[in-house]
Amino acid sequence: MADGNGSSGIADTGSLETGLLDAGLLADTLSVAMATGGEFAEVFVEDRRSTSAVLDDGRIEELSSGRDRGAGIRVVVGETTGFAHTADLSQAGLRNAAEAASAAARSGGGGVREVTLDGPSGPSSAVIGVLPADVPKARKVALLERADAAARSADGAISQVSARYGDSQRRIQVANSEGLLTGDRQIRTFFSVSCVASGDTGLQTGRESVGHTVGFELFDRVDVDDLARRAAGRAITKLGSVPAPSGEMPVVVGPGGGGVLFHEACGHGLEADLVAKSASVFAGRRGEMVATPTVSLIDDGTMAGEWGCFAIDDEGRPAQRNVLIEDGVLTDYMWDRLRARKEGREGSGNGRRQSYRHLPMVRMTNTYLEGGLDDPEEIVAGTDHGVYVAQLGGGQVNTATGDFVFGMTEAYLIEDGRLTAPIREGNLIGNGPEALLAIDAIAGDFAMGSPGTCGKDGQGVPVGDGTPTLRVSRLTVGGTAA
Amino acid sequence: MTGTRDDEAGLLAIAERVVAMAAPGEAIEAVVVHERETEVRAYEGEIESLTSAESRGIGVRVVRDGRQGFAYAGTLDADALIEVLGEARDNVEFATPDEHCAVAEPDGVPVADLDLYRSALVAHPTEAKVAMALELERLTRSADPRISGVESAEYGDSTSASAVATTTGIRATSRETGCFLSAYALAEQDGETQTGFGFSLGREPGDLDVATAAAQAAERSTRMLGSVKPASGRIAVVLDPWVSAQFLGIVAGTLNGESVQKGRSLFADRLGDEVASPLLTLVDDPTDPAATSATATDGEGLATRRNVLVSGGRLERFVHNSETARRAGTTSTGSAVRGYSSTPGVGVRAVSIRGGDRTPAELVAGIDDGVLVQGVSGLHSGVNPVSGDFSTGAEGLRIRGGELAEPIREFTIASTIQKMLTDLVAIGDDVQWLPMRAAGVTLVFGELTVSGV
Repeated sequence: MADGNGSSGIADTGSLETGLLDAGLLADTLSVAMATGGEFAEVFVEDRRSTSAVLDDGRIEELSSGRDRGAGIRVVVGETTGFAHTADLSQAGLRNAAEAASAAARSGGGGVREVTLDGPSGPSSAVIGVLPADVPKARKVALLERADAAARSADGAISQVSARYGDSQRRIQVANSEGLLTGDRQIRTFFSVSCVASGDTGLQTGRESVGHTVGFELFDRVDVDDLARRAAGRAITKLGSVPAPSGEMPVVVGPGGGGVLFHEACGHGLEADLVAKSASVFAGRRGEMVATPTVSLIDDGTMAGEWGCFAIDDEGRPAQRNVLIEDGVLTDYMWDRLRARKEGREGSGNGRRQSYRHLPMVRMTNTYLEGGLDDPEEIVAGTDHGVYVAQLGGGQVNTATGDFVFGMTEAYLIEDGRLTAPIREGNLIGNGPEALLAIDAIAGDFAMGSPGTCGKDGQGVPVGDGTPTLRVSRLTVGGTAA
Repeated sequence: MTGTRDDEAGLLAIAERVVAMAAPGEAIEAVVVHERETEVRAYEGEIESLTSAESRGIGVRVVRDGRQGFAYAGTLDADALIEVLGEARDNVEFATPDEHCAVAEPDGVPVADLDLYRSALVAHPTEAKVAMALELERLTRSADPRISGVESAEYGDSTSASAVATTTGIRATSRETGCFLSAYALAEQDGETQTGFGFSLGREPGDLDVATAAAQAAERSTRMLGSVKPASGRIAVVLDPWVSAQFLGIVAGTLNGESVQKGRSLFADRLGDEVASPLLTLVDDPTDPAATSATATDGEGLATRRNVLVSGGRLERFVHNSETARRAGTTSTGSAVRGYSSTPGVGVRAVSIRGGDRTPAELVAGIDDGVLVQGVSGLHSGVNPVSGDFSTGAEGLRIRGGELAEPIREFTIASTIQKMLTDLVAIGDDVQWLPMRAAGVTLVFGELTVSGV
């Protein structure tokens, strides 16, 4: 898509150093936002381009291109945040939005405040090898066709294949009334394959996906044929599955397959906005032993190339590595600007938003459990009767009660210390604080999991997760077998 | 944005302008939308945030020689329209040719007059919206002494207009308003915390009932206090309307032409078969103005219509958009679903079950040993609409000797979609539209697996 400039006021030279809007226009907008008072104002500018291509039922159904750009402006007056956004990046458009945000914050006192910005600064995001925009569309489409062929030739029982390619370039700029002016460019590339296998037992599905905050060079190290064969294998395996058991039992989670367990069991409960409203079971528990002493949980937005990484968060704060639980002790929560300010502390680089149309809030980045000392095979061998989950699916948590649920997309029975039959899909449920204390083995085989989209208050953001093999001594498996 | 009008006529003019740029041999479909939203959040007697938002967008589909390309933009600036059309055109050559790929043709089905727009909402002052959010927070907090906090109390509304134009002659516009109140309460007793939500929906602020939303949040949060984890076993399960609507949404999702044609529906070869209890009649009717998701035209600009999916347990129909209909040798059921940022998919919009003649209390009175499920979690992760596997986290009340007994939580219910439909033994008389694409009603299943301790 051609770059829009002129009337839109956007200056897109494709250079990493260039901001989206010039400092003068941003300062003018902030001044308007603060014209009738307020403690804080911010302009968040975003220009996002995306490409997606879908192959389904043996054909390339469509190639789709998207462009979204605009600015979100917030003004904080007392306890109230006023927010407005606009797709019109002209001076008039920005001023209108700034006035709307200011009016929304219902500023009481008067007084004009001039805002001066320090001038363009700040690092830009990850090292980008090959910009997806520079790659011919035909090459992207060819990947889909390869994946389709590989999945179909993997096994005669594969009856349907769909594959999706996606890339996005998200350029952001943050300017605020404290003089901050910074920006980032985030490139993400994604590929997934979903298969259906048909057999005497009906239909089964298998899916594999990969996504990183890198450019098209992703495919130098990811073989889509291999990804497709694994998705096909997962569906085929499940054709021979038995009903999942029902009731409480030990659950072993495989390497890379269980990050969502921590994302749900405690990650959300460590977000400062929920903690501040006492809507988390972990509120007021800093410094306490909340997990087995072998548990150390990290949220790290700096993990280069991972799905949830970035140079700055959506409030302009550099990404950080934050230790949430260290040797079983709750060390800190995750923070955005608003919550950190109320506590009189620094943020933690966890202020994120789906787009310029949304207010930022506390969000995870890449959340992972550090590896331990146990041997993965011995963990299984030491489990009499239970379930081994190679891949967890999505999950959900009620942070106030700690009750969580997540799906098993590939799992097996453990009988007498050995993996036996694959089991049908189902949910696992548990309670966060109880599950953290019930982790009785952690192996050293750490691996990152699949790319995820975390939803909170209707906003989705990309997140990563990872775990080594681990065992929870007791979770409820929601199957149908006695 | 100067020179554009955000009403339907203005949006249609933009769509027509794009369609008029079609080259010979090219079919174009343009979808143009405008939306204005307000959101007010109250917390501890103050306004936590107030958002006023306005969005516009366009999606353009170009079809040439049986191949389609698509592009969208979140703006209606004149230069963006040209860019989007150019990009959609450029994307055409990468698609695989398919004889059924085309934009919809007018089908002569009259568009229902649904009256989904209320000028009263547009005229409603912001101060009154703010006052309503504050009142909701206050009422929720004071509804019960065990309420320890209100995590969120929100007023939200939207006014949207859209237009679809095609080179085949479709010209469709729609506009609607909607508003809601929602509260999320925290209840505490003996060191235990439970949560619950309440809501009220309408087309204009006058439809909203603050007291009911607050009372519902308080009731839902306090009713789980003192709950225990039940024993595992196979017992009768009653789904309340809130839960059954979610279940219905999943079932109806498997009855779409695209899933069937692509071998992803467990009901693919079952048209005309008895797939459910004879009690079950399932209808998708977006022309019912009482439905939250009612709409007179679909994502391709065709009139929506009443479609009977299951009648007396017999599978009658799959829903289609124009492409899946052509592939199936039938006509569209007006079931194209999409936003401006995607091509038309297929789906139901407003499904409901024909109600029975007994009240929920009468149904419970007939159950000796069972559970009433009032909330579910993890439906997106525990239900596979292709295989039919069904497993969900749940909370609710035990039923003993025909009476509601202790609250229970942290258990799952599991079965398969296929089996649940035939295990349906009774339907309540309490059909009600909820904020989703389905109506809820009390449903009783003979026996499902409950996993707890």
